[in-house]
Amino acid sequence: MTLKIVVLAKQVPDTRHVGKDAMTAEGTVNRAALPAIFNPDDLNALEQALRLKEQNPGSTVSILTMGPPRAGEIIRQGLFRGADDGFLLTDRLFAGADTLATSYALATAIKKIGGVDLVLGGRQAIDGDTAQVGPQVAEKLGMTQVTYAQEILKVEDGKATIRRAIDGGVETVEAPLPLVVTVNGTAAPCRPQNVKLVMKYKYATCPSERPADDPRASLYAERPYLTLTQWSVADVDGDPAQCGFAGSPTRVKSVQNIVFQAKESKTLTASDADVEGLIRELISEKIIG
Amino acid sequence: MNNVFVYCEIEGTVVAEVSQELLTKGRKLADRLGVELHAVVAGTGIKGAVESQILPYGVDKLFVFDGKDLFPYTSAPHTDILVNLFKEEQPQICLMGATVIGRDLGPRVSSSLTSGLTADCTQLEIGDFDDVKTGKSYKDLLYQIRPAFGGNIVATIVNPDHRPQMATVRSGVMQKATYAGSYRGEVVYPEVSQYVSPEAYVVKVLDHHVEAAKHNLKGASIVVSGGYGMGSKEGFDMLFDLAKVLHAEVGASRAAVDAGFCDADRQVGQTGVTVHPKVYIACGISGQIQHIAGMQDSSIIISVNSDPDAPINKIADYVIVGTVEEVIPKLIKYYRKNSK
Ligand SMILES: Cc1cc2nc3c(=O)[nH]c(=O)nc-3n(C[C@H](O)[C@H](O)[C@H](O)COP(=O)(O)OP(=O)(O)OC[C@H]3O[C@@H](n4cnc5c(N)ncnc54)[C@H](O)[C@@H]3O)c2cc1C
Ligand SMILES: Nc1ncnc2c1ncn2[C@@H]1O[C@H](COP(=O)(O)O)[C@@H](O)[C@H]1O
Repeated sequence: MTLKIVVLAKQVPDTRHVGKDAMTAEGTVNRAALPAIFNPDDLNALEQALRLKEQNPGSTVSILTMGPPRAGEIIRQGLFRGADDGFLLTDRLFAGADTLATSYALATAIKKIGGVDLVLGGRQAIDGDTAQVGPQVAEKLGMTQVTYAQEILKVEDGKATIRRAIDGGVETVEAPLPLVVTVNGTAAPCRPQNVKLVMKYKYATCPSERPADDPRASLYAERPYLTLTQWSVADVDGDPAQCGFAGSPTRVKSVQNIVFQAKESKTLTASDADVEGLIRELISEKIIG
Repeated sequence: MNNVFVYCEIEGTVVAEVSQELLTKGRKLADRLGVELHAVVAGTGIKGAVESQILPYGVDKLFVFDGKDLFPYTSAPHTDILVNLFKEEQPQICLMGATVIGRDLGPRVSSSLTSGLTADCTQLEIGDFDDVKTGKSYKDLLYQIRPAFGGNIVATIVNPDHRPQMATVRSGVMQKATYAGSYRGEVVYPEVSQYVSPEAYVVKVLDHHVEAAKHNLKGASIVVSGGYGMGSKEGFDMLFDLAKVLHAEVGASRAAVDAGFCDADRQVGQTGVTVHPKVYIACGISGQIQHIAGMQDSSIIISVNSDPDAPINKIADYVIVGTVEEVIPKLIKYYRKNSK
């Protein structure tokens, strides 16, 4: 069967490689010091989508991302790997969203896209680490959800068979479409960028990414696929009260830098006398038995 | 009304330890707020088997949903149970494990009730909140404290206007203890079909396979942990030898797990297990924030590291400056010599 697949992909700061300059003196995050990357788990989700597209000729894969205009980069990276098109949700009204307001926005866009059979997301984003957006999008769309997927084994007769990781084990489930699936970072890695696709989509941009008098204006007029869809709250018929900060039930009360209490420690050498001395001390104080 | 609820997770008829840890925490929060602690559990053939695993933690009222196809867990039926029960009961707080189940169920329930949810909390407290934006003040909110941004900061999150205030907590972060005070211990068995619509049973579990944990890292009183400085999988064998003589469990840093020295289920830290042993021996571990987050509450910390300036040394009680190759065999030798 042909499938209409949407992949939820987020642009995130690379928190895995946080250097000393990533935190300001006041203990806040210096986002500028961290490179913005394709959220790792979302690449695993994209790979599952591209495999399904290969197995089901005629299927399409679209990237959906919410973020500032520069998040258009995420769509391009998806196109370079084999996605067909992409949608950028960008609007000041989306800013300050917690997971609930984020899922509202993404769900509204998925409704606007229409006729979607499968929504694939990463299990979690490395900036928030919440793993909440996938299930919340599913709930907002009234769709069935399968989380922690390792592999989508097949999609047939309107049903997907999925292997998922559970605590201390594995499970195989069968779920009807339309379906939201979140994919683990331990699932198959994403294929690399394809040189031909990079050539084709190098200049694909969202309107808001372009300078006022764009030298490539004629190119865009000639090749409509280089203009990526960009939507505001109004474009997706969203309710501003449910978007961004206004639509977020959670508030950050405070943020603190982590300071560990330094202890007064005894420093020993690796000599026999020191090691035996320590062992005797621990035994005599009944710390070890 | 406005009580504290804990969703208890099960495997077969066994209640998850993380749920018992949360009951213990939930009891404290309920006492602080002057309300009751309620628990909810759903499964198949659990009536008569789970009550004694839940009530002793100080539960005033337990809702047992026992019905066909409630085990193995699937999202929709369990969501229906919580959403409909919470509409009746109007809890102010709901806690669940930051497990595969809790992180599947929590967001779905919170979205349905439009209430906020905070994942992976490491501390839960009650306190007041002044919203500078609106000028409103709130009393006795749940402070949901969690590491953020890769563990580099700690954020306190509150849900001022929406109920229940929902939070998930990882296994091992809270400590379980049965409750010595008095509690009501009422148990009810609601009719499942009153809560779950027939359409909810859409996901079929074709195969469900869970293995019992191979170790008891979380509950161990001595943990010997190895990091990237152990050098190899063979290097780790030395740790297993040390653990054997000390009757300890073996833990690891993420760098050691990523390097393939050790199984992932032994990882200690923010994204691994949290341990609270009497003695924690860190061998070849530098002590990055995310590792320390999982072991800082150990009573005695011993670091074996060739670098005298390794960050872990700052929080250690004893620092042995030396290579693991030299020191670990000596620890084994002198323990054997001096014990009993
Ligand atoms: C979001 C996030 C979550 C994370 N979660 C976790 C987590 O849960 N747990 C975790 O552990 N990490 C976690 N990390 C990774 C963490 O930041 C560190 O990368 C990791 O803890 C480093 O492991 P290590 O100390 O073993 O390795 P290294 O930092 O490489 O340290 C190796 C140490 O071994 C010493 N050494 C080298 N050779 C020898 C020798 N022969 N004898 C003695 N000492 C020697 C060195 O001096 C050094 O101190 C997380 C990171 C992120 C971004
Ligand atoms: N702003 C966003 N745009 C697109 N997808 C997102 C966004 N935020 C979260 N997601 C998706 O939801 C998943 C879980 O995110 P989180 O709940 O933040 O851990 C991510 O891996 C993405 O697939």
